[in-house]
Amino acid sequence: MSIAATTARQVTLATGKSKDKTPVSLAFLIALWFSMFFGVLVLLALIVNTAIDGSTRFDSELLTNYASIVRPESSGFRAGILGSLWLMVFTALLAVPLGISAALYLEEFADPTTRWNRFVEVNLQNLAAVPAIVYGLLAVAIMALLGFQNAGIVLGGALALALLILPVIIITTREAVRAVPREIRQGSLALGATVWQTTWRQTLPSAIPGIATGTILGLSRAIGEAAPLVVVGLAGSVLFDPEGVMSRITALPMQIYSLTSNSREELQQAASAAIIVLLVMVLGLNALAIFIRNKFQRSW
Amino acid sequence: MASATSADTFPNMSSLGEAHVDNERRLPAKPVNPVMETRDLNVFYGDFHAVHDVNLSYGRHEITAMIGPSGCGKSTVLRCLNRMNDLVPGARVDGEVLYHGQDIYEKRVDPIAVRTQIGMVFQKPNPFPKSIYDNIAYGPRVTGMKVDNMDDLVEEALNGAALWDEVKDKLKQSAYGLSGGQQQRLCIARTIATKPDVILMDEPCSALDPIATARVEDLMLTLRNEYTIIVVTHNMQQAARVSDRTAFFTARPDETTGNRTGLLVEYDLTSTIFSAPGDKRTEDYISGRFG
Repeated sequence: MSIAATTARQVTLATGKSKDKTPVSLAFLIALWFSMFFGVLVLLALIVNTAIDGSTRFDSELLTNYASIVRPESSGFRAGILGSLWLMVFTALLAVPLGISAALYLEEFADPTTRWNRFVEVNLQNLAAVPAIVYGLLAVAIMALLGFQNAGIVLGGALALALLILPVIIITTREAVRAVPREIRQGSLALGATVWQTTWRQTLPSAIPGIATGTILGLSRAIGEAAPLVVVGLAGSVLFDPEGVMSRITALPMQIYSLTSNSREELQQAASAAIIVLLVMVLGLNALAIFIRNKFQRSW
Repeated sequence: MASATSADTFPNMSSLGEAHVDNERRLPAKPVNPVMETRDLNVFYGDFHAVHDVNLSYGRHEITAMIGPSGCGKSTVLRCLNRMNDLVPGARVDGEVLYHGQDIYEKRVDPIAVRTQIGMVFQKPNPFPKSIYDNIAYGPRVTGMKVDNMDDLVEEALNGAALWDEVKDKLKQSAYGLSGGQQQRLCIARTIATKPDVILMDEPCSALDPIATARVEDLMLTLRNEYTIIVVTHNMQQAARVSDRTAFFTARPDETTGNRTGLLVEYDLTSTIFSAPGDKRTEDYISGRFG
């Protein structure tokens, strides 16, 4: 039977127009392209428009001067940039140890079948969806409990931002820890290592690139937030550098927010220039995260 | 105990029938003073009865092979022997696992201490993402073993696993640069660096090519002189080539639930199992009629 089938088979392959190129499929393809371009165009329009507005102010005074209403043409964002950097550092100091510890507990020590741990699990997911402004309110409440009259200081702002990015850090750390193969843990335990030693010496070091990536992405989200800082009561402008955790500060998004509500032309331009500075900082952090991911990514 | 020199030569890989190296070891019919024993061992995963009433004894400086079709519980039994089953959520062990007469499942026994005495080599080579040197030194470091000179210990362990000559110039390089067979021998070296008494091997060659397999089998025969080896294998020829005793397991479906429970069918000298098995199921399996 098989011999007959192979010899008898006569095939002519269809030629001419491909069925993949009918008008309907082409129209569909164009619709897909348009959707993609829409997303990219919005970003491009935003950046180009803002850059043109702020182009007159791309000078060193933008970075070195304090904000000034009296001389708006040389107004700068020194206080905001330094404030944002200080906030970054203290946000990281608060959120990273807490986030990594919580993630390690959930992945390596908690029994996922107990009702309590399932409850924690569900709430972590919800926590990531809480609006940023709510964390600002929570930070004000905590600062009041700690006895601070004024929450608009480095500690208050960092607390709000740390609460904001804590779920992000926990979730990305858990994913990084989960990506470490079980065989590595088993190999370590089979040699007589304790669960603690296995976590510290095998799991955590192997997960660090993933944890770093997640942390940086969390921080880059925090650096652009204004809402929780408004609630905490950060100033729209200060005329001195931050000096410690109790120092009153402003942040770049706060300065942008307060300047855009001002109608003077020069201040609008300064705000546009500051937006570009902020975008550069955020994109820089994202680029760093991508670099770390590509450079240290391990295939098991 | 009979000399093992003849068994240390390159293992015969050609056929089942000619490979009874243990014939010349003249072992007693039952292990005398066994290193480990299981008594009425039953293992459950939640409601699932994985292994039923296993009674086995493992002789000192012998290689015991556990064979059988998939799902017959042989790996489960192996993982009970150094309490690796503790790590599986919902796992429960009934019966006794004796190590030098002491039940390792007794409440006051620390599973960490058990695992320093009873090492394990896994199916897939699982070196740590560290240098070759640090892979070996890891065990002694975490267990707090007293080491006079770590360099000597690393060399000794790598020599013991017949890997030293291949890696002595790249001890600081990542273990991931080694071939699969070298990685598996590194894992064996890592295990013997902690100076265990017993080495458990869970299908140690199933991820390796025939040449790497032959080298690991060769190594097992050498290691027998110093350690007690218990190996789970899918490969009957391997059991015939390297083991002194063979335990054959099979799976029996439960009448009501249909879950397959593993049980021990027959346990004897490997030469007996492969030439004159006492149970029809063993004979069917070995002759390839089933499984």
